[in-house]
Amino acid sequence: MTPRLLHVQSRRQLGTFAGLIALCLILWAATPHFLTVSNLLNVLEQTAINAVVAVGMTFVIISGGIDLSVGSILALSGIALGSALQAGVPVPVAIALALAVGLACGLVNGVLVTFGRLPPFIATLGMMSVARGAALMLAEGRPISGFDDGFRMLATGRVLMLPAPAITAGLIYAVAHFVLGHTVFGRAAYAIGGNEEAARLSGVAVRYHKTAIYGVAGLMSAAAAVILTARLNSAQPTAGTMYELDAIAATVIGGTSLLGGEGTIMGALIGALIMGVLRNGLNLLDVSSFFQQVVIGVVIIGAVLVDMSLKRHRR
Amino acid sequence: MNDTTPLLQMRGICKQYPGIQALNEAALEVRAGEVHALLGENGAGKSTLMKILSGAVRRDAGDVFLNGEPVDLGDPNRARQLGISTIYQELSLVPHLTVAENIFLGKAPTRWPGVLDWPRMRREATRILSGLGVSLDPDARVRSLRLAQQQMVEVARALADEARILVMDEPTSSLSEREIAQLFGAIRRLTARGVAVVYISHRMEEVFRIGQRVTVLRDGRHVATGDIADVSVPQLVRLMANRDVSEHYPRRSHARGEELLRVEGLGSGSLRDVSFVLRRGEILGIAGLVGAGRTRLARAIAGADRIDRGRIVIRGKTIRIGSPADAARARIAFLPEDRKQQGLVLGLAVERNVALSHLRALSRFGVMDRRTERREAQQAIVDLRIRTQGPEQTVVHLSGANQQKVVLAKWLAARADIFIFDEPTRGIDVAARHDIYLLMNRLVEQGAGIMMISSDLPEVLGMSDRVLVMRAGAVQAELSAAEATEAAVLQAALGLAS
Repeated sequence: MTPRLLHVQSRRQLGTFAGLIALCLILWAATPHFLTVSNLLNVLEQTAINAVVAVGMTFVIISGGIDLSVGSILALSGIALGSALQAGVPVPVAIALALAVGLACGLVNGVLVTFGRLPPFIATLGMMSVARGAALMLAEGRPISGFDDGFRMLATGRVLMLPAPAITAGLIYAVAHFVLGHTVFGRAAYAIGGNEEAARLSGVAVRYHKTAIYGVAGLMSAAAAVILTARLNSAQPTAGTMYELDAIAATVIGGTSLLGGEGTIMGALIGALIMGVLRNGLNLLDVSSFFQQVVIGVVIIGAVLVDMSLKRHRR
Repeated sequence: MNDTTPLLQMRGICKQYPGIQALNEAALEVRAGEVHALLGENGAGKSTLMKILSGAVRRDAGDVFLNGEPVDLGDPNRARQLGISTIYQELSLVPHLTVAENIFLGKAPTRWPGVLDWPRMRREATRILSGLGVSLDPDARVRSLRLAQQQMVEVARALADEARILVMDEPTSSLSEREIAQLFGAIRRLTARGVAVVYISHRMEEVFRIGQRVTVLRDGRHVATGDIADVSVPQLVRLMANRDVSEHYPRRSHARGEELLRVEGLGSGSLRDVSFVLRRGEILGIAGLVGAGRTRLARAIAGADRIDRGRIVIRGKTIRIGSPADAARARIAFLPEDRKQQGLVLGLAVERNVALSHLRALSRFGVMDRRTERREAQQAIVDLRIRTQGPEQTVVHLSGANQQKVVLAKWLAARADIFIFDEPTRGIDVAARHDIYLLMNRLVEQGAGIMMISSDLPEVLGMSDRVLVMRAGAVQAELSAAEATEAAVLQAALGLAS
């Protein structure tokens, strides 16, 4: 056994986790409104959406890619969902449709990257525009609002006090954690991100797995769209704007390297929670939304700086 | 201090990496104007010591003196200012810039501030290059140069830095004999001017050709320093390995079995109509000059490059190989020359790399059987005597020989029995090579067939049961072990009639 190497990853995760705890302690000291059950549940509910998008982003980034289109795919899936629900399609079918739309967009990304040999940045930049445009066209630029309560339970429901979005996100994280650590698919993601050529020469079906990875990212965007639509009781073609950046931020704060080949799902969760807690805390402290952006940017840069200097110490 | 003060003294140097004591009281003493060979197995600490000297890595303890004065080698720039230049195996030139621009990178002569003095730069570049005995157009783009010429540009750059100590790490690994002679000529001109060269190489004959003194490191410690004239190859190998490597190329019984692989009329890229047979229980050496198409042949059979024409018959069945995955299914193992870039995912653990070749077999419904994965890796570590802290260690920390063993373990676990080794011992030190040879022998004794591409002629002759000599993309000659002499192989490789 190798305690040293075994724990490098988890030690770093512990660092990020300590950062989250420290942030919570500071907010606890700064405002009495932070550490209340209702506020914490609120944070979980708000974080769920970004956290789900970050799952797909983590897969993509571990495999050495990037996906800029997750926010737009979220909007398109949401509009597909909203339109279907309004047309009277049963809820499970409408959700399946939304997930299919997200998956399809992601797979197109994957095919462009693998068979089209486009850099992921370019392929998903194109998809970002296409999906956003398609969402606006389908919705004719207007939100689709007002769904029945059965569907809205996906956001308003509570199980043992926990909000439904947090539970959904929790389930997704459990599955993703398992997939990344215990399946052929997860192994392939790490190997492709670590050294694509070596993976290919070892007989790993690189193109197949890469395509599927972008498919997963699209699917996660669609899942987030379902939660968001239920939560807002409205599907908006402008939803998810800038979500790609939040997801990337959560992923890298969680210790995943943009160079690929390393990273964890739980890191992404902690990263998303840090972002969520920070936003919530700044709101409670009445910090202007303009200044909030500054603070969040500083936190992203600071977290990655710390992570990189920790890595350098290992050299 | 008097005039016997060495130019460079490194004493009691220690460096600890997580879990590994890379250097433990290492020492090195280099005199002005000498070529000082630095020998040691991979993992002995040569690279780390040189990285400390070049300022790339900080030492934990120890002293460094230049001309008897203690110096601080804070960072690469500081080291360069002190006159210490390093030429790594991977050259560090800017391919799109010219020879002159590369030589004066970061210190170009200027007319006015910010305005380059081109005539002077060209003149100076030509002067430095001709001082090395090389004629190169200073306006040529570096990317258009041959590797040997690029190396000369690096040497020239070190000279422009007014280097007093030049570290060369395996400088000849991709050079032809003529280019090596030219490089050695340049090195002699340098030392005649008082520059000290620290020369790292695994090629003993070169060490004896160019070096005056030698220092041997083992396990991060200084073992011995002496005049090269006073030592022999076996002595040095013993010092490096602390054991006798009595047989350079271990013998084994020849028991050629049934046909394993038949290649008929293969065409791929520059390959023309290549045909041969590989049987169980034999090592088929593939010799030829660089560019003869040997690696292309390996890559085509391994599914890495497209096959345009021809037929591949494996164990009696015609197989279409369209991807490395097809080759892996046909139980073909490819051990590429560039292990770090093509053989391994360096950032992953030993066990993850071993599993990579047969993820499907290690899983049910896509879920990995982690216990079997772990067991296989542990088995391989014992079987192949891989020096690692365990299956969870990241392969980037392993030495070259141990990395090669991990690549081999990967394919053994996939139950491959056709092995294609491309330069199996490149970058691996003499003692560890022996291990690799023993493993290759074990493979063929167990009924596997091996294609071994090698530029190391003694290795080809010492290990092969038959030798295929390639030239210009085609098979020039097929020689039995008895026919395969150094002269015969070279003649065929050069296309001369025998």
